[in-house]
Amino acid sequence: MDLASILLGGLASGMVLFVVSVGLSVTMGLMGFVNLAHGGFAMLGGYAVALLMRHAGLPFFAALAGAFVVVAAVAVVLERLLYARLYAAAELDQVLFTIGLTFVMIATVTLAVGPESQTLVLPAWLRGQTDLGFLSYRSYSLALIAGGTALMLALWLGLERTRLGAQIRAAVDNRRMAQSLGVDVGRLFTLVFALGSGLAAVGGGIGAEILGLDPQYPLRYLAYFLIVVAVGGLGRVSGVFFAALLIGVLDFVLKVRFPQGGTMFIYALALVFLLLRPQGIFGRRGP
Amino acid sequence: MSAVPPATSPSTLPAALEAARRHRLRAWEALPWVAALGAYFAFPAQLAFGTLVLVTILFALSLDLVLGYAGIVTLGHAAFFGAGAYTVGMLAAHAGWTEPLSGLAAAAAVAGLLGLGSGWVLLRTQGLTLLMLTLSTMALLEQAANMFASWTGGFDGMPGLEFKPILGLFGFDVLYFRSQYLYALAVLFLGFVVLRTVAYSSFGRSLTGIRENLLRMHAVGAPVRARQRAAYAISAAIAGVAGAVFVQTTGYLNLGVLSLDRSAGVLIILILGGYGRLYGAFVGALAYMLLEHSLSKAYPTAWQLGLGLLLMAVALYARNGILGLAAAWRRKWAAR
Repeated sequence: MDLASILLGGLASGMVLFVVSVGLSVTMGLMGFVNLAHGGFAMLGGYAVALLMRHAGLPFFAALAGAFVVVAAVAVVLERLLYARLYAAAELDQVLFTIGLTFVMIATVTLAVGPESQTLVLPAWLRGQTDLGFLSYRSYSLALIAGGTALMLALWLGLERTRLGAQIRAAVDNRRMAQSLGVDVGRLFTLVFALGSGLAAVGGGIGAEILGLDPQYPLRYLAYFLIVVAVGGLGRVSGVFFAALLIGVLDFVLKVRFPQGGTMFIYALALVFLLLRPQGIFGRRGP
Repeated sequence: MSAVPPATSPSTLPAALEAARRHRLRAWEALPWVAALGAYFAFPAQLAFGTLVLVTILFALSLDLVLGYAGIVTLGHAAFFGAGAYTVGMLAAHAGWTEPLSGLAAAAAVAGLLGLGSGWVLLRTQGLTLLMLTLSTMALLEQAANMFASWTGGFDGMPGLEFKPILGLFGFDVLYFRSQYLYALAVLFLGFVVLRTVAYSSFGRSLTGIRENLLRMHAVGAPVRARQRAAYAISAAIAGVAGAVFVQTTGYLNLGVLSLDRSAGVLIILILGGYGRLYGAFVGALAYMLLEHSLSKAYPTAWQLGLGLLLMAVALYARNGILGLAAAWRRKWAAR
């Protein structure tokens, strides 16, 4: 494969990582909650897309929107009923709870749908190749790159330019101060949690083509999502974006060039990144 | 102190009295060992499973020092279990070093050095970063073991490893796990004695202090980092011994010894039993493995569902595990 193809392939998988991980970054930054079940929401989203397309006959994009709504609703219920009780708890309890929740999600999906992996049928216009002039590449990957960039811009604008975004940034930087100024951080968090889980669901749907979709998905990619967030820095949309692209491209390049190395390099890279800058490469030094 | 009578007699301060007596052996502490020996005679057909339980208890105990006493939350403790396992396996397969006791020493040395080295670097961080770094270290080792297949057996692992008789006297019988069981029990006992001594020493008390209030321990001048590193290395060495016993008694190893499943599994076992109290590892390992043994083969999905719900319930309602619940009930009963 030539360099441009490898780069495009890496960027496309980086975009999927971004869409899934961005919610995790913001929720961790807001509440300091270690949510290992985030990949589970992405899996639920992927399954929601698959089932909506198969049984309700929805087209791909309508199914994505449906998955966003369904998973965001599930996330709100879980957040209000269960997560909220653990905000003040020790990190260990949060880890334990979210591992448990992941197991429950995996088992539920296995019981309800089955252990086999699912395939999503893409719309016809995304299946072929697109001629870019200098090379022709898979249309779907190009669409992922365009869509991911657009989402990044939208989220960035939303965080920088809206009142809600300002409240989120304030709460990430200093929760107590934001609370003192009258920001309802609890409600804010529910909202962000729902939004982040919904985005993860969309990521699970659009990423099924690249990452696959089966009940073991949350455990298989857990480390990837966490590495992206840890490298990108907590609560930084642009940081997560660049970290996701970096990890996506490096992972892709190394897997193509050194197939026998598998995923070893990505962990080595994560170790080096995190040791050099524990707050994340793109993260700001904490107070 | 003999000249000046204490202002308050100790009996009016039960907490202080209990703290002063914490390290003393209590009669019920013989119970697990009597039960383990009893199980040897009572369930001769289940000794293979029993051996696995003993190995898991030792592994969970090693995690207890790090997690329960020093308060270091790690998702990568299987790195040390795996390091010990691969040390013994590779020595046996490539160097013909099949003497079990020296194999344990080699495994402890390799895993301990790995713990010392990685702890030196990783323990500067905390929270999510530390969680990720420990996870990445383990995953890195797992991938390395997968990559260098000519040395490690790669994905297929190393089946059919044979070891010399223990002390030249007690051979490992592949079919009957009698000597394996007693061997694992003896190693567990030694490991337990080491850990109990460490946990109740002044060193162990300072670890608890670090867990409870990091800033204050810094402020009173305790060498926090050095203590954390030492605890991490000791724990790693013992985890390595557990891995070595696992390979020696079962005669095979594969990438599973280094997996996230194993790391998360031992964390779950320890928390289920109750961490920071040594005996939690015993209760947790036995309860978890009995459940797994009876359920996971027949109903794997239901087992996962039940385990997940159990974990959520423990995190929400029973943060000190089974032994914590038992202690709470005992207090409630005594108060009536």
